[in-house]
Amino acid sequence: MSKYLATKFNDIRFKNPVIPASGTFGFGREYEAFYDLAKLGGLCSKGLTLEPKSGNTGMRLWETPAGLMNSIGLENPGIDAFIENEWPHLKEIDTVTIVNVGGKDEESYLTAIEKLNAIDAQLIELNISCPNVKAGGMAYGIKAETAGEITRKVVEISRHPIMVKLSPNGEAVADIARACEAAGAQGISLINTLQGMAIDYKKKKVIFDNLYAGLSGPAVKPIALRMTHQVCQAVKIPVMAMGGISDWKDALEFIMAGATCLQIGTINFNNPMAPIEIIAGLEAYCINEGLANISEVRGIV
Amino acid sequence: MAVILSNTLVSAGIFKMTVAFTGAVKPGQFFMLRAWDKDPLLSRPISVHNYESGQLTFLYQVVGKGTEILARLQADDEVTIQGPYGNGFPEITGDLCVVGGGIGTAPLYYLVRHYQEQNPTGKCRVYLGFRDIAYGADAFAALADEVVLDVGGIITDKLTVLPGETVVTCGPEIMMAAVAGAVPAENTVYVSLEAHMACGIGACLGCTCETRSGNKKVCTDGPVFVREEVFNV
Repeated sequence: MSKYLATKFNDIRFKNPVIPASGTFGFGREYEAFYDLAKLGGLCSKGLTLEPKSGNTGMRLWETPAGLMNSIGLENPGIDAFIENEWPHLKEIDTVTIVNVGGKDEESYLTAIEKLNAIDAQLIELNISCPNVKAGGMAYGIKAETAGEITRKVVEISRHPIMVKLSPNGEAVADIARACEAAGAQGISLINTLQGMAIDYKKKKVIFDNLYAGLSGPAVKPIALRMTHQVCQAVKIPVMAMGGISDWKDALEFIMAGATCLQIGTINFNNPMAPIEIIAGLEAYCINEGLANISEVRGIV
Repeated sequence: MAVILSNTLVSAGIFKMTVAFTGAVKPGQFFMLRAWDKDPLLSRPISVHNYESGQLTFLYQVVGKGTEILARLQADDEVTIQGPYGNGFPEITGDLCVVGGGIGTAPLYYLVRHYQEQNPTGKCRVYLGFRDIAYGADAFAALADEVVLDVGGIITDKLTVLPGETVVTCGPEIMMAAVAGAVPAENTVYVSLEAHMACGIGACLGCTCETRSGNKKVCTDGPVFVREEVFNV
């Protein structure tokens, strides 16, 4: 463990603040060919729902300048299959494990959360912000009132700490974050993808069967950084930030904006070694700047 | 990183790039190629056209920003290649009939070469269809027992599959569906699918295709499937 990067997120100890983002990393297995996953600060599962989901039909990916739109539609094996087939592997990896959960209604959220009480994950990322399907919960995540309500109910029944993943597509994000904090959330993660649209002018048709899709990648970084800053100013619970982080310099900017941990998403597709390079870059920065720990520059702007 | 040995124009909008590479590569597999930083964001999945004596060749069509950058590279430039990925074609033992359309002919060359090496007495027949201009037909003619070429027509109009032949097809989906529908049920037909991909390694779920046995990933479960898996025949 690097003394420069050891990070506490509430009382959860991360060996470093770098975690691959949900939906860009499967359940980790695909990246084991590239590096030892125990080098990561944590692992976050693909977005899970109570029932298995086959995902969206039609085109699922569309590139934009320095960005990527996706309409995967939360394709996942469901909570039961996750616990049976993926969790035994995931839990053996020597790092913090985070389980990402979405839902289509209150009952599906709560049933999924109850089922997860059977495993020993360190943190649950409550997805109320997937823009691509009804089951992604964005209907909850775009308003402070409903975000707070679902958070409160989930917190009540979960034996795991809850980190709520916020949407950039709704009301002022700081208001939503405050509502989640008031409802008992123990952390905030942001941003999920920005809802966008693509049209094939030659075919005179929309690209995605689901009409709109989620934009991520370096193109969204300035927006994610601004929203991270606003949320860090608004709440006392720790923030796990993401949105277009592609190298250690981007990562550092999010820490300076106030983030405690970072999630690395789309850039994994461009460079599978990105999280490892970011960890090395942050450590080198601490050494060069004479910092005892990266937290010394957290929230300095 | 791989060093480019050559990168030449083969036909209008079609380039052939050869790089130095060591390692095992099966026909039908692909690599993720990039020679840029973050714009475009993603690497490009390109099938293996040939692999021989440490030389890995890609035959590719310029269709957008990524392939435009690839086409401008020259000998001694470097290109990042990740792979090989995908299941590749199965080992074929009986007679072989390949049906390629346009740039879909690219992976079939390595398949035919490999097949001839493994089956010196096997018969291999090749159908090649192109919309405007044919390319690469001479190379197939040097290997195969028979090459049927079609430009501007519909390749399945000329297709006759012989009893016992295994059929492998790669090209526009509409052509592969036609081949899958035209070939008698007694013949095994393999199709090689194409899809937009972000990662190439099974993590993004962007290239998911519907199959008879549920969702499959074109990148890791494919790109090669038995026709019954992916087409209604």
